[in-house]
Amino acid sequence: MARNPANLLYAKSHEWVDIAQEGDDKVATIGISAFAIEQLTDLVYMDLPAVGKVVAAGDEFGEVESVKAVSPLYSPVDGEIIAVHSDLPERLDELKEDPYDFGWILKVRLSSEAGLSQLLSHADYEQQCGEAG
Amino acid sequence: MAPFAGFQMPIQYQGIVAEHQACRSTAALFDVSHMGRLRFDGEGSAELLDHLLSRRVIGLPIGAVRYGLMCNAEGGVLDDVLVSHLQTPSGSQYHLLVVNASNRAKIIRWITPHLADFSTVTMSDRTELTAMIAIQGPRAVEVTARLFRAHVDQLKRYRAVITEQFGKPVIVSRTGYTGEDGFELIVRADEALRVWENLLLVGREYGFCAAGLGARDTLRLEAGMPLYGHELSEQIDPISAGLRFACTLDGRSFIGDEALRRISEQGPEQVRIGLLPEGKRPVREGCKVLGPNDEPVGWITSGAPSPTLQRPIAMAMVDAALVDRTTGVAQVDLRIDNRGHHQPATSVPLPFYHRPL
Repeated sequence: MARNPANLLYAKSHEWVDIAQEGDDKVATIGISAFAIEQLTDLVYMDLPAVGKVVAAGDEFGEVESVKAVSPLYSPVDGEIIAVHSDLPERLDELKEDPYDFGWILKVRLSSEAGLSQLLSHADYEQQCGEAG
Repeated sequence: MAPFAGFQMPIQYQGIVAEHQACRSTAALFDVSHMGRLRFDGEGSAELLDHLLSRRVIGLPIGAVRYGLMCNAEGGVLDDVLVSHLQTPSGSQYHLLVVNASNRAKIIRWITPHLADFSTVTMSDRTELTAMIAIQGPRAVEVTARLFRAHVDQLKRYRAVITEQFGKPVIVSRTGYTGEDGFELIVRADEALRVWENLLLVGREYGFCAAGLGARDTLRLEAGMPLYGHELSEQIDPISAGLRFACTLDGRSFIGDEALRRISEQGPEQVRIGLLPEGKRPVREGCKVLGPNDEPVGWITSGAPSPTLQRPIAMAMVDAALVDRTTGVAQVDLRIDNRGHHQPATSVPLPFYHRPL
């Protein structure tokens, strides 16, 4: 089922987060928002981490490059990376077309939910984007 | 939008790649009003500028445009400029110097004391009274020439004329900074919007679009053109930067001439080269260039993904001893320290892109 951007959480740094219960664990699927992709335009390169890496909310986990600039990607959550969408760097055109389903980047098994309260609702994120744009 | 040298500049309108491709395939419009425009009137203008520039200005015919460098006594580049000799419809003549936005205040400060030696010359900063628009691309000339009173499609490369568009004065110069054919226009500031919209209107059916600073940078990089602050600075001389062609060293004297003659005879310590980094990851300005034993041999001055070549390209300053002076190509294997990742790169002759004849 397609992800609905309205139901996701967002970091101020433009990553989206989809939290799901998997057994006893909570798993965050993470990507970057359509707004961020539109602002970057012309994506040419993406660098992603290895499975097993432990990240804290706010840590840089990779980077995405457009023609003009390099933009760091930040983890919006605390936990361990359990999956990486390793085809994505070769398929950046598809990321642009479908940032919320095809364009998922990481899955992180949460070690803490403390940071989640820092994330924005879709409405608050849209407001932030409106002010930036 | 981004602030640049006191102007609010568009980095992109619809996207750098789309704008870049429009310029290569049809034409693109650039608002380059931030470029400094300094006008020199009066007897002795040519002599003053000749003393300040690496190119001959004395004897420059009316309608001619020259690219040259303004250097300090050590041969370091204060700015790279275009100088034109123009004649108004009423018959008065003057010289126009187009300088980089970021250097405008410095260049005015540099020239001002020399004006004392040329009491009949006046310098006026026309930057804020005028606007400058570049229209660049293979279809730029044929589509826009009819908007002007003069037959500007007959202008040769590096020639300029003062003419009219809808009864208002405009300087049309067959120059540019993209590697494409086209014009650079200078109009009164209060005419700028009308001229811009007219150009977009006549170009619309041919796919013309507005292009920002981002595309301007990737276009000039593909064309192997230096950008001040990257390939040129007060620490880099024009010979090292590969601009020997823009230095007339014989039979004249100008500020920096002795240093440039010495560097030209002895050979520069560093030279500018073109690099094709392997893989997809772009290399950026400031990355170190490494030799066969991982020793630093230079640095990247500009780097970006090339929309035309569909791969990363870069320019670098490297030790001259590694480079064949005839071909401009490094004779050893080079790697680029791209934020810790050592990325192999192939040295190639500049430019990366030649417009088809």
